[in-house]
Amino acid sequence: MAALLEVSNLHAAYGPTRVLHGIDFSLEEGSITALLGANGAGKTTTLRALCAMVQTSGEISFGGARIEAKATEDIVRLGIAHVPDGRGTFVNLSTEENLRLGAYVRKDKRAVEQDFERIYAYFPRLKERRHQQAGTLSGGEQQMLAVSRALMLRPRLLLLDEPSFGLAPLIVREIFDIMRAINQSEKVSILLVEQNAAMALDLADHAYLIETGRVVLSGSADEIKQNDAVRRSYLGY
Amino acid sequence: MMPASPATAAPTASSKSRIIGLAALLLAVCALPFMVSNYHTFQLTLVLVYAIALLGLNILTGYNGQISLGHGAFYAIGAYVAAILMDKFGVPYWLTVPVAGVVCLATGFLFGLPALRLEGLYLALATFALGVSMPQLLKDKHLEQWTGGVQGIVIIKPDPPFGLPINPDQWLYYFTLAILLLMFLLGWNLLRGRVGRSLIAIRDQPVAAEAMGVNSALYKSLAFGVSAMYTGVAGALGAIAVQFVAPDSFGIFLSITFLVGIVIGGLASIPGAIYGAIFIQFVPNIADEISKAAPWAIYGVFMIGFMYVMPVGVAGAIRIGWARFRRKAGGSGHHPG
Amino acid sequence: MDAFLNQVFAGLATGGIYASVALALVMIYQATHLVNFAQGELAMFSTYIAWTLIDAGMPYWAAFFLTVVIAFVLGVLIERIIVRPVERAPVLSVVVVFIGLLVIFNSLAGWIYSYTIKVFPSPFPKEPVHIGSHFFSAHQIGAVGVTLVVLGLLYAFFRYTPLGLAMRAAAQNPDSSRLVGIRVGWMLALGWGLASAIGAVAGMMVAPVVYLDPNMMAGILLYAFAAALVGGVDSPGGAVLGGFLVGVLENLLGAYVIGNELKLAFALVLIVGVLVVRPSGLFGKVHVTRV
Repeated sequence: MAALLEVSNLHAAYGPTRVLHGIDFSLEEGSITALLGANGAGKTTTLRALCAMVQTSGEISFGGARIEAKATEDIVRLGIAHVPDGRGTFVNLSTEENLRLGAYVRKDKRAVEQDFERIYAYFPRLKERRHQQAGTLSGGEQQMLAVSRALMLRPRLLLLDEPSFGLAPLIVREIFDIMRAINQSEKVSILLVEQNAAMALDLADHAYLIETGRVVLSGSADEIKQNDAVRRSYLGY
Repeated sequence: MMPASPATAAPTASSKSRIIGLAALLLAVCALPFMVSNYHTFQLTLVLVYAIALLGLNILTGYNGQISLGHGAFYAIGAYVAAILMDKFGVPYWLTVPVAGVVCLATGFLFGLPALRLEGLYLALATFALGVSMPQLLKDKHLEQWTGGVQGIVIIKPDPPFGLPINPDQWLYYFTLAILLLMFLLGWNLLRGRVGRSLIAIRDQPVAAEAMGVNSALYKSLAFGVSAMYTGVAGALGAIAVQFVAPDSFGIFLSITFLVGIVIGGLASIPGAIYGAIFIQFVPNIADEISKAAPWAIYGVFMIGFMYVMPVGVAGAIRIGWARFRRKAGGSGHHPG
Repeated sequence: MDAFLNQVFAGLATGGIYASVALALVMIYQATHLVNFAQGELAMFSTYIAWTLIDAGMPYWAAFFLTVVIAFVLGVLIERIIVRPVERAPVLSVVVVFIGLLVIFNSLAGWIYSYTIKVFPSPFPKEPVHIGSHFFSAHQIGAVGVTLVVLGLLYAFFRYTPLGLAMRAAAQNPDSSRLVGIRVGWMLALGWGLASAIGAVAGMMVAPVVYLDPNMMAGILLYAFAAALVGGVDSPGGAVLGGFLVGVLENLLGAYVIGNELKLAFALVLIVGVLVVRPSGLFGKVHVTRV
């Protein structure tokens, strides 16, 4: 299979502060790839760089076309959905309006209406809360909403930033199970950023380890799991 | 929001050259009235007056982050205090200036107390209300015997004392300059020390400042009072210089002009007050030269143009330009920040 | 009693104007957290455009709608060309740009059309309207009606159209909006366009009452600002209610309490009093600051 996403020599900076120092990685169509690393390693910045939300240099191709010069709004139109750090909920809008915004760029209005039901089937709790102001949802529900909003795009690639952050293990498990289901049944490729390396490696096919803005290790999820250094530093056994 | 650098400790060599520079500048400023016409001297006096008023507003808005759209009101109070004292009570002009300052200090402090509950836009509205009400209050019938109603009060131009061989316009210039130097020295002392740091802390990190033991209620109303005092002193000086007060010269437009002055001069900058004063005094004249038909449109274009080129004001632009110059001129004296 | 009712109704009529301008202010405020001081002058200038069109022989309603469209385009252009470059400048610098716009429009109107007042036509009949035992000016009733129609249309637009939803989203959370593909910059320009169009309607409704001159909106902007704050500056519904409230209050105060001279000052002082007690406005959200 060809690589859906190919990143080479990616640099990124917030003003004068450089965060990424030439990252290379790729993601196979239909796979789940995880970016692992400690706090501050540059994982979130990598995702933000893919969506042109930080200053970058380097090459990013998606589906064979270069995208690093495109604006965030146009990258979305190529089918890349980003579940951002902090979930990015529109807190004053209703749950349903949040979902509708996820499909903002889609033209197939009838299919969008059907997708509401598809999403509600994955997350019945969102259906119960569809008229509720999104800011009043619990943390887990907001994470579900964030993922659902991204899925409303019917993306080819889903960028997930720390979906487990601040959530109870049970809810994290539920979300991860649904991610796997979505990946398998809908062929959505997923790029997952996680601090919880154990959970991420269970879900992912492939993983990269990032330290201080550089890729230091890559391989299949199983290989990474077997790596001694990773086991000691990130898996804790 | 603004990079405020309260007089960072400079190395002695540069502080010596700074003193020499300041002395030369002062000499030049003192020589000015002998080089230009009386009318221009009068205009320069107004620049000094505005600079004092702008420094006052800058203490409140630039350093303390409280927006005032009504400082024209304090300017008006200062002007009327001076005019009424001179006209009705025969008080000498020089004595009216400190009285105006004290009256405005008190008024400003009292106004600052309820205004404490208001932030941002709400404070802007409250001060806006003050600015709008002031001309109407001054026109009020019950106050007419003091204020002279719509007609206002005419003041006699003071003669130079001790038989000095200069004309009244020149004397007023020096008188105003002396008070400006005093007020700026006072302001500089106030703002570079503990008080200044507290004001900035309240502006940038209100919650943290309170947690560090800064009594923000006291400082905020104090900032209001001191700010009003400066503006009141300026108002008194302005009244003496113009020799006339009337309600309609202190409309809301004056308040807005002050705000424009501090933003264009540079927020939270002491010299910024002078740059701003130069702008609000002379740019309307320049605009008038360019187009007699629509001078204010030209003035507006200048305002917007300045903000495009120097979004952090003239003082900010000079600061940035100076830092760049020093970096280029060889890194020996390089100070980051 | 009759006189009182008439005063209340006249208050509602001007209140509708304040409500419209307040709504225009709130729309730009929500997206940028800035108060557009030039809003009133923009409305005034648009009204002059309508006057030109009518003067050139265009039927009233044709001129009305054409003016709304022109005002919309003007608003969009101002945002894209003049406001955009200072997007990232400090707040007060942007305020100065707004003040600059204010004086420019005021001065241009005076230059092009002169400062002498002009009569602006009303589309409504001259005869007073008879409701029960009361007589009301047809223009006042018409103006209230037009205001309510505009407000209703806006509500429907924001509530039920995808574009309206996108505009609300962009105002609230620009980063997330970009991530779902909303062109945030254009939403802002659109907001300016709409605000300008609303202002134009308000200007055309008030001009027959106060006559057309370059300074006609100065007082109105002030009341609208007050109305927006009384209602809660982040609540469009609150701004509208605030507008009607301020209008009625102003009229009654002027008629019964202090006379026309001081009513502006008094109304403002009263409003400030309200704000001291309720700092977020009557309908605004109370902001809890996270430490």
